[in-house]
Amino acid sequence: MMASSYNAKEEDGHITVSGPGTLKSKKPDNTAFKQQRLPAWQPILTAGTVLPAFFVIGLLFIPIGIGLYVTSNNIKEFEIDYTGTDPSSPCYNCSVNFSWNSSRPCSCSLPFTLEQPFESNVFVYYGLSNFYQNHRRYVKSRDDSQLNGNVDSLKSPSKECEPYAHSDNKPIAPCGAIANSMFNDTLELFFMDPNGTRIQIPLTKRGIAWWTDKHVKFRNPGGDSANLTSVFQGTSKPVNWHRPVSELDSDPENNGFVNEDFIVWMRTAALPTFRKLYRIVQKKSHLVPTLPSGNYTLEVVYNYPVRSFDGRKRMILSTISWMGGKNPFLGLAYITVGAVCFFLGVVLLVIHHKYGSRNNSADIPN
Amino acid sequence: MDLSDTPGGPHCLDQYLDQALPGTRTWTRHCPGPGPGPGTARTNIEVVPADLLLLASSDPQGVCLLETANLDGETTLKQRRAVAGLGRPATEFDPENFNCLVVCERPNDNLNHFKCYVERPDKVRVGVGIESLLLRGCTVRNTDQVLGFVVYAGRESKSMLNINRPRYKRSKLERALNRDVLCCVALLFSMCLVGAVGHFMWRRSLPGTPPYLVPDPQGSLDAPSLSAFYMFFTMIILLQILIPISLYVSIELVKMAQVFFITNDVDLYDAEWDRRVQCRALNITEDLGQIQYVFSDKTGTLTENKMVFSRCSVMGTEYPHKENAVRLAVVDEPDPDQEVVFDQRPRRRRPPGWTLAGGEEEEEEESGSGAGQRPHAAPPRSKAARSAHGDVAFSSPLEKEVVPDKALLQQIVKIDFSGGGREVDPYLDFFLALAICNTVVVSTATAQRERLSQLSSGSVSTGPSYALSSLAQKVGSLRRSLASWKPLTRGASPDSQVLAPEEEEEEEVDEEEERGRASGRSGDMDALRSCRLVVDSDEVLFEAESPDEAALVYAAKAYGFTLLARGPASVAVRLPHGERLELEVLDTLSFDAHRKRMSVLVRHPVTGEMVLYTKGADYTLMELLGSPCAEQLNDDQRSVAANCQKHLDQYAKEGLRTLCFTRKTVSEREYSEWSTLRQTALAAMDNRGAQVRDSAVHLERDLSLLGATGIVDRLQDSVPDTIEALREAGIQVWVLTGDKPETAVNIAYACRLLDEGDMVINMSSKDKRQCASMLDCTLEAVRRYPPGPDGAVTDPTVAMVIDGRTLAMALESDLQERFVELARRCRSVLCCRVTPVQKSAVVKVIRDKLKVMTLAVGDGANDVNMIQAADVGIGISGQEGMQAVMASDFAICRFKHLRKLVLVHGHWCHSRLAHMIVYFFYKNVAYVNLLFWYQFYCGFSGTTVIDIWLVIFFNLFYTSVPPIMFGIMDRDVSAETLMGLPELYRLGQGEYKSSIFWVAILDAFYQSLVCFFIPYLTYRGSDVDVFTFGTPLNTVSLFTVLLHLSIEIKAWTAVHWGVMMGSVGVFFVSILAYNALCVTCNPPANPYWTLQAQMGDPVFYLVCLLTTVVALLPRYTFHVLRNTLRPSPLLLARNLERLAPAARRRWTQGWRGGTRGAAAEGTPREERTAPGEEGPSPTWTPPRPPRDTTTNAT
Repeated sequence: MMASSYNAKEEDGHITVSGPGTLKSKKPDNTAFKQQRLPAWQPILTAGTVLPAFFVIGLLFIPIGIGLYVTSNNIKEFEIDYTGTDPSSPCYNCSVNFSWNSSRPCSCSLPFTLEQPFESNVFVYYGLSNFYQNHRRYVKSRDDSQLNGNVDSLKSPSKECEPYAHSDNKPIAPCGAIANSMFNDTLELFFMDPNGTRIQIPLTKRGIAWWTDKHVKFRNPGGDSANLTSVFQGTSKPVNWHRPVSELDSDPENNGFVNEDFIVWMRTAALPTFRKLYRIVQKKSHLVPTLPSGNYTLEVVYNYPVRSFDGRKRMILSTISWMGGKNPFLGLAYITVGAVCFFLGVVLLVIHHKYGSRNNSADIPN
Repeated sequence: MDLSDTPGGPHCLDQYLDQALPGTRTWTRHCPGPGPGPGTARTNIEVVPADLLLLASSDPQGVCLLETANLDGETTLKQRRAVAGLGRPATEFDPENFNCLVVCERPNDNLNHFKCYVERPDKVRVGVGIESLLLRGCTVRNTDQVLGFVVYAGRESKSMLNINRPRYKRSKLERALNRDVLCCVALLFSMCLVGAVGHFMWRRSLPGTPPYLVPDPQGSLDAPSLSAFYMFFTMIILLQILIPISLYVSIELVKMAQVFFITNDVDLYDAEWDRRVQCRALNITEDLGQIQYVFSDKTGTLTENKMVFSRCSVMGTEYPHKENAVRLAVVDEPDPDQEVVFDQRPRRRRPPGWTLAGGEEEEEEESGSGAGQRPHAAPPRSKAARSAHGDVAFSSPLEKEVVPDKALLQQIVKIDFSGGGREVDPYLDFFLALAICNTVVVSTATAQRERLSQLSSGSVSTGPSYALSSLAQKVGSLRRSLASWKPLTRGASPDSQVLAPEEEEEEEVDEEEERGRASGRSGDMDALRSCRLVVDSDEVLFEAESPDEAALVYAAKAYGFTLLARGPASVAVRLPHGERLELEVLDTLSFDAHRKRMSVLVRHPVTGEMVLYTKGADYTLMELLGSPCAEQLNDDQRSVAANCQKHLDQYAKEGLRTLCFTRKTVSEREYSEWSTLRQTALAAMDNRGAQVRDSAVHLERDLSLLGATGIVDRLQDSVPDTIEALREAGIQVWVLTGDKPETAVNIAYACRLLDEGDMVINMSSKDKRQCASMLDCTLEAVRRYPPGPDGAVTDPTVAMVIDGRTLAMALESDLQERFVELARRCRSVLCCRVTPVQKSAVVKVIRDKLKVMTLAVGDGANDVNMIQAADVGIGISGQEGMQAVMASDFAICRFKHLRKLVLVHGHWCHSRLAHMIVYFFYKNVAYVNLLFWYQFYCGFSGTTVIDIWLVIFFNLFYTSVPPIMFGIMDRDVSAETLMGLPELYRLGQGEYKSSIFWVAILDAFYQSLVCFFIPYLTYRGSDVDVFTFGTPLNTVSLFTVLLHLSIEIKAWTAVHWGVMMGSVGVFFVSILAYNALCVTCNPPANPYWTLQAQMGDPVFYLVCLLTTVVALLPRYTFHVLRNTLRPSPLLLARNLERLAPAARRRWTQGWRGGTRGAAAEGTPREERTAPGEEGPSPTWTPPRPPRDTTTNAT
């Protein structure tokens, strides 16, 4: 009886009538896909088949590596640490005495010498060490829609900005920890002419941020032509700032949220030791090097305390190639990997000649 | 349907049955008040709904025929008798007046035993055994009405007690997978711990409060320890991708696709039934690739369960029936075209017993639908239709039609007339014995048809009738489509092939006629012809308790000895010349397992002498041949016995079932003495069975041998090949059968389960002590041989034959260990006379003790337990109901399909899934570790260096489809190679090991280190921001992960290419779009224009190229070196596929020889030495002949 009851069910499932009176066979389609016979490329990795790959990689990587290494070596870079941890440093006093709340700026000047002239555009960076701009809570402490010019967000910043969202019951603009901890040292370069005059080197402050950041991501509330002072009326400056956001720069194109120093700072660095573009020394003519060799002075208005995290502050001068700043690693890595692949290729060639015939059709037992 | 589920229990049987069986079933029930008996039920339905004590049946003798296929897999008819002493036919039986007391034993699961007595009102107790019990699930045959007393119903019925609860199956791979997921959890926790401790130390090292530490809204910072505590949980959230949740979803998807491919395999499709393989369990496809033990049912699984008369030996002369053998070979492929073509020809006289498939149905149809109609206007049922529901027992033409041996035919002709007809002639006796010494019931074709139509209209059996009509439709459409094709086929091979023997036959007969006339004996031939015509004129169908009985009766019919009717006290036979012979049956000594023979005592109507015809197993009958006056046996008789024995040995060697026939003339005095003895035995209350048996033995002696027959229980197609392939694949094959040892051993040899060279251990003992000592000494002996790699003794191959009783003892807890140990060393094991529960017990013991993967295959309800107990249960959807299929994980149509299912699909499914799972683990670890390494550079603050959305997308979109495709479509070795080299199966079993898992994890760590630190060293000290730094990390990971997969992919189809390219494409397109459109969305993150900026930077490409190469170099090199220096057999097999077919074949042979030799699996079969002669213990049997597999416990 179990059989009979099952039978009915079984047959129900079985008979599939495709049309009136005709019965469709349940025979599966004999197609290559359903029978799993699709034409396929079946590579077998053996010494013989992969030999070319190893040699190709070897022969490709070594020249690339050499090229990269040479390019990196041609980049001129100069770095000076002005933290002032050492008592002999001119900035020692500033670093010891200074805190976020100091109202009076502290200045110090560091002399340095460039052994070689910097020919093309020179990029001036400030570098910070041990500054964890990538800390999870820090990275989040910003309001992108406020920075994008959203008026509502200006009045009521996102809660991500807490505890840097309100000050004196007024919304902070720009809110958040990133903005609050913005780098605010002022760096100036002077060329000490052998004849004793101090020539200030003109530093361009435009073009240091990503174009898309400046033009798309960051916008002042009320559009480009608005009066920034009135726009930011009713907001408070970040607690660590000395000036409100509307007074960052005299150039209206570079003021408020679209201030490029601010934009650069807001792009949080990936690693705790980082540099950020500060200024550019534009090349003036083909004849004169941008920065000739000689003595220079770095004038620092020391506003940014780093003692709380054992930080270091540096000023970096660097020329730039197609592959960015100076970094010999990539070139060396390419050369090494290329060499290793080439060596492996040779080893496999030997192996192939010794054992390779095992897999060929030649070893059909006869 | 489950009676116990009805609220009222068995007492409300009638209500329940009315609901469940509407329509033609009529039930009456009588509850004789509260009492032990649940009630009586009268039925004329086929399927018995509860265990019934048979009280009466429509048969005047109270006999009811029963088919127990649903329970024990035997399609043969069993006789059940109404309880003696109540003797009234069912029509007169009034349940209202039934007031006997029925006392029976507690419900148990033994299908072959039942103890009960019925106390009549006059206080006379009648003992009742299993012979009066109709078991639930059986089918009543040939009986119009039976009336029974429900003794057990619902859960208490014997068949239900034999069914175990289904086991929840989880594949071995998934169990291993879960273990490795736990490893991943441990890894996750340790990484989180590192994060928390790291954060604590970082915070402690800070001299002050730096501006980048964001205080909480109240303006205060958490203490370092508290912050570290929180960080632990932040890390869990950050790194939780390490736990491959997506893996589980992917596995389900892959398994679904694997099931799709399995069910769509055209090689696993059976045209005769129009059925595909069914995957009923969706979650254990890969277990098919892990099988180490196969447990198979015999009847219906290995064999077709169709007995066909093959040859015979009469009076010491062998009649090989060559034409019959030819026919058996031809009928192998039944083809509907044949009948169609045949129909077109003018009708001609057919020789007896030689009709084409479907012939008699056509005649029926013709007579029914009018003479003028074309025969195929009313389409006959095809063979498939008939066997599809198995209602017409033994209707296969194969079984019914025997081509007579010419020499034997002439012998018969000779006796009938030259001998005067009435004289006692051994040939006449032989065929009479063939025809009457059995329990075959005769029914006419019309009766059959009536029953069939009745069944079709029944509501419960809508299934069969539906199938019938649809099949009829199908045949009709087939015919239509064939109409145009016919002219072609007429000359084509199926036509000529089928007709050839017939024409030949005609010619032979003609020749004989010629010769007959020439020798002046034309009368004989006329008589012969007339007898044929007579035979041809009416159709008789035989239904027998065992299929071999039917085969013998059909054989007798082929020679003109047609059994016409069997009554309670007489049997009618038509003799070749057309005369009807009525023999009075004095007694029938029915078959029992101890005597292994049955006898019929008849009184010859003409001579009046009483003759005892005995039929039975050769070795029992041969012992009874002698007589007190054995010396008087003439040389003739002695040589007959010797010759016959010779022939029997030969038959056995060919795997035929053999039976001997004897006769004995019983004198009146002897009979009267014996019949009193018999009467007392029959009347006995205690120990009745033994007494009845003894009385039979008393009469069955001093027999004179007539001859012997050989019957083929045809194996299914390709069964020997399949079993051999499974064994070559390193699978140990067990056959568990309810059949008797002799038959089972025969079949085992025929299907190459046992080989000529095998050392066969016979385990048969009567008590436990003996069993233990046998186990001990056999084990001792077997241990002397070196075990093979998987524990089985390989040289020589050891096989074991064990009977059910011994098995029961061996499975008891104290002997279990030894039995399992012995079984482990056997290549194949044959268990005979086992019950369904024992079957599952064996499977469970082997599965649990040896920790191996088991597969059980069976087709009947008796295999359900075994199928459920095994790791993989396979049901063969065939003649015998659906229980096995319902309980199974996979349902196939033929045993031979097992080969491809296991060797190819099993291997593929497992290999694919194993590789995919390892890959998933690798992928997740490799990716998550990028986030983890970054923690060392962000103060363990839990920053994600990659936009969190991209992290989610990475697993969800960019790298999910390729591995799933890999899991579905990868093909390490082609199906042909896997089928051709079954050895590869075992090699494929180790694809997922914890060592492989850990290697993958280590590789993942290495790759993630490379993927993190090469970009790190490149961008160190620069002005790169968080997400700009994360972009190359993400991109590099994508390339590494995908290229890693492409090292693993063995066969690249267009789909693979598409998916790979698609993944990369989707990655770049979607991220570019996201980074371009998302200016302020997803607030704290800052992904705007990052990828665009990076893609404008040549360093990005240089970093990606370098990192990918360095990350994959070790794995790539490792693969290359391994494939070159120590190629795995699977790789060699892949190489093989590149060769031309001819070269491949040579290579395959050479290789197989090599690996076999290496695995010490043996020298070619012929050279194997038989260990039997110097066998270390008395239990050794000489390897052959199988006849000698007698119990030899001492």
